Amino acid sequence: MAGRGGLIFPLAAIAIMALGWLALGLAVGNSYYQLMMTLVPIWAVLGLSWNLLSGYTGLVSFGHASFFGLGAYTVTILLVRFDLTPWFGIPLGMLVGVVAALVIGYPTFRLRGHYFALAMLAYPLALLYVFEWLGYQEVPLPMKREAPVWYMQFSDYHVYMALAVGLLVAALVISLAVERSRFGRSLLAIKQNEPAAEAAGIDTLKWKMRAIMLSGAAASAAGGLYAVVLLVVTPDSVFGVLTSAQALVVTLFGGTGTLWGPVIGAAILIPLSETLQAELGDVIPGIQGVVYGIAIILVILLAPEGIFWRVRDWLHLARATPGAAIRSTAPAAPRAVAPVTAERRTSPSILLEVSGLSKSFGGLRALDGIAFQVEEGAILGIIGPNGAGKTTLFNLLNGFLKPNGGDVVFAGETLVGLKPNRICRLGVGRTFQVVRAFQRMSVLENVVVGAYVRAAAEDEAFEIAREAVERVGLWPRMEALAGSLSNKELRLMELARALAGRPRLLLMDEPLAGLAAAEVEEMLAAVRALPSSGTTVVIIEHTMRAMMRLAERFVVLNHGRVLAVGGPREVTQDPGVVEAYLGSKWTALHARG
Amino acid sequence: MSPFGMFAETFLEALLAGLFLGCIYGLMCVGLGLIFGVMRVINFAQGDFLMLGMYFTLYVVSGWGLLAFLGPAAAPFVGAVLAGPALFVGGYLLHRLLIARVSGTSVSGSEDEGRSAQLILTLGVALALENGALILFGSTPQSARTTLALRAWEIPLLYDPTAAVFINKASIVACVLSLVIASALYFLINRSRLGKTLRAAADNPAAATYMGVDVDRAHRIAFGIGTGVTAVAGGLVATYHPFQPYVGLDYVIIMYAGVVMGGMGSILGAFWGGLTIGLVQQLSTLVLPTQLQNAAIFAVFLLVVLMRPQGLFGRAAERI
Repeated sequence: MAGRGGLIFPLAAIAIMALGWLALGLAVGNSYYQLMMTLVPIWAVLGLSWNLLSGYTGLVSFGHASFFGLGAYTVTILLVRFDLTPWFGIPLGMLVGVVAALVIGYPTFRLRGHYFALAMLAYPLALLYVFEWLGYQEVPLPMKREAPVWYMQFSDYHVYMALAVGLLVAALVISLAVERSRFGRSLLAIKQNEPAAEAAGIDTLKWKMRAIMLSGAAASAAGGLYAVVLLVVTPDSVFGVLTSAQALVVTLFGGTGTLWGPVIGAAILIPLSETLQAELGDVIPGIQGVVYGIAIILVILLAPEGIFWRVRDWLHLARATPGAAIRSTAPAAPRAVAPVTAERRTSPSILLEVSGLSKSFGGLRALDGIAFQVEEGAILGIIGPNGAGKTTLFNLLNGFLKPNGGDVVFAGETLVGLKPNRICRLGVGRTFQVVRAFQRMSVLENVVVGAYVRAAAEDEAFEIAREAVERVGLWPRMEALAGSLSNKELRLMELARALAGRPRLLLMDEPLAGLAAAEVEEMLAAVRALPSSGTTVVIIEHTMRAMMRLAERFVVLNHGRVLAVGGPREVTQDPGVVEAYLGSKWTALHARG
Repeated sequence: MSPFGMFAETFLEALLAGLFLGCIYGLMCVGLGLIFGVMRVINFAQGDFLMLGMYFTLYVVSGWGLLAFLGPAAAPFVGAVLAGPALFVGGYLLHRLLIARVSGTSVSGSEDEGRSAQLILTLGVALALENGALILFGSTPQSARTTLALRAWEIPLLYDPTAAVFINKASIVACVLSLVIASALYFLINRSRLGKTLRAAADNPAAATYMGVDVDRAHRIAFGIGTGVTAVAGGLVATYHPFQPYVGLDYVIIMYAGVVMGGMGSILGAFWGGLTIGLVQQLSTLVLPTQLQNAAIFAVFLLVVLMRPQGLFGRAAERI
């Protein structure tokens, strides 16, 4: 379980928090404060639910009120119409939440960024008007004096509080389990760089769907309990913009991407607004909103990532300064290459065959009829001037883009139409021209994301990742955050992440860009060692000189077409290639002279 | 009158009402389009600028009576237009003091480009503004109604002597003013030197900086203009429609839907997006109960976003 920390500390913290909250609740006699102490955990659960989707994946949802409201109305309508107890109503509401998550998530995940956020906003608002139209403007929950416990109606507020805290504990434990598993790490990878996660073999849609379903269930549970506690449901109070806002405000205020954020946020903001409402609401209506608004503004200016991260960074800073010197140890040279379990072949066979591959953007033909082959165990260089279509070619090979025509056959299977994560699973790895790192993860965690394709269990993934990090010689920096690495270290880390997927074919996009001369040598050595351990390499590079020493065959692209194919000598002496690189004037001049 | 004639009458009336309302929505959306579509700043307080524009109009017309000399018909419109410069200053200052800290050059290159910080900051601003307005102005719905709102033009329909379509005069004037201001803004952004600076600063802040553009100042101006334009639209709505301090919430969503539907980053697109929403809202009453008017907007919005993420009138989709 290395690299993931123990579970005992967070579980103990959850238990202490829950017991402390209940003890405090028992000490409070005032029923108003008891209600408040019940609402805090409910809003914290909604915040946690939001955090499960938006905090970990970075896809901001403005619409969590959809799930909250559906949970609340399911409980209410089942009780009013069918006399069904909330003990069943809440779980059924969670089921409704999961179904809603499926229906909402599937189409909406095609959107990114702002579009996703705003599309999510539309769902609860549409639901709000639909429920108003259905005649559920204000639905009170009927009192059931004959069997109060069966209908979740208690005279003692402490029972509600215990229920709310119980729900919160469940949500925290689930969040913890997600955070510490492949699930959470996959979501974090999506947040930090979705294309890179997809290229590293993570089925991003599948994980996002799982996240929104879990999130929908949690939000519905919170909504159901909310209805039971408040005994009345209105479309505005459960589907309104302010409910969606509440989910994100408590989380952003407390800190996103951590299970403690929503708890901290709810524990501070809900009592603040409720107290202001109670103390000043009658005297100056609206004053609580003003104070609440100003509090939010101040926090975002002083601790933009939320209170939790600010406090944590501050604590780390105080603790980490003495040990900082250790980190500056220079990484050692690549160690002896450990052989990877990939079948070797006696005679070279064709691993990748590209034929007639074409791609156009609007009217622009970026690639036109590209055809070449790669033998297993070879290093093939793809060269060409800027804008020749080299990176577009890689994007077609690894599935980021779909070709307009042609075929790509890898080890007997066609890759056209497959998603990047499927292509990665089949054994095609990739690195990027501009390194796509998961900035906030350590080197090892970055590489673990790449290892998931080949590992069923967490421990196995960490084992493979550690091996890959050692292979590229980055082991002294294993625990460093990706954000603190030098350019060369980042490139080596990306190489390790790709290798952790044990690819048979590795597509490397300008791995030498921005490296100093000595660093280039180190990188070349690492790349040259790949075929002997079972990885065939296709490499794009700008610097001809380095490439001549690395690859035995070249494909030269110009204006989206293959200009020449052959060994280093043939290619450099091809007049067409010289012209493409140096310009026709130069050629003409030299032809004359 | 024949059933067809009845339908034609109600249809025409809904269509015209949709067009006139749509023009005002279009103007609102143009304001937000500049802030959200072009500068990519999420501003949740946009609806509250609209609300401030309404109260500004109300106070210059009837509260302080500054414009009383213009007469009860014209004064509200002049007040609405004056809300523009007034709220420009408000938006400019707000950007300088708060928004600039979570947008533009100060956050470029950060993990989510300050998106969540903008969201929560402007949510705080929105809460403070609408509740501040509640303290200052009270919760009773008010309006800065022009006397034109009580009068209508009657357009006879030729196929039937008893049929006619009534058009509220106030909504016609508001619509014309919206068109004029939106086109003026369009030319300002697309033709003038200032406009080019603003677009450059929004499109690529780093490159604009190298070309000698004061990017932060450009952002402040754009934010101010966006705020002012939306405030004018608010003032125009106020000339014939009652409002209260929380009215912004209803409109902010319409505005975002319009900007996204029109295609982010295009001023013209934002206007068409707003117009589309006005039409959908009014025409939906022909087939749907009035409570579902707004549900229809969101359904159309979702359809457009899911089928054509680049918007109805946008050119390019967001790249990976």
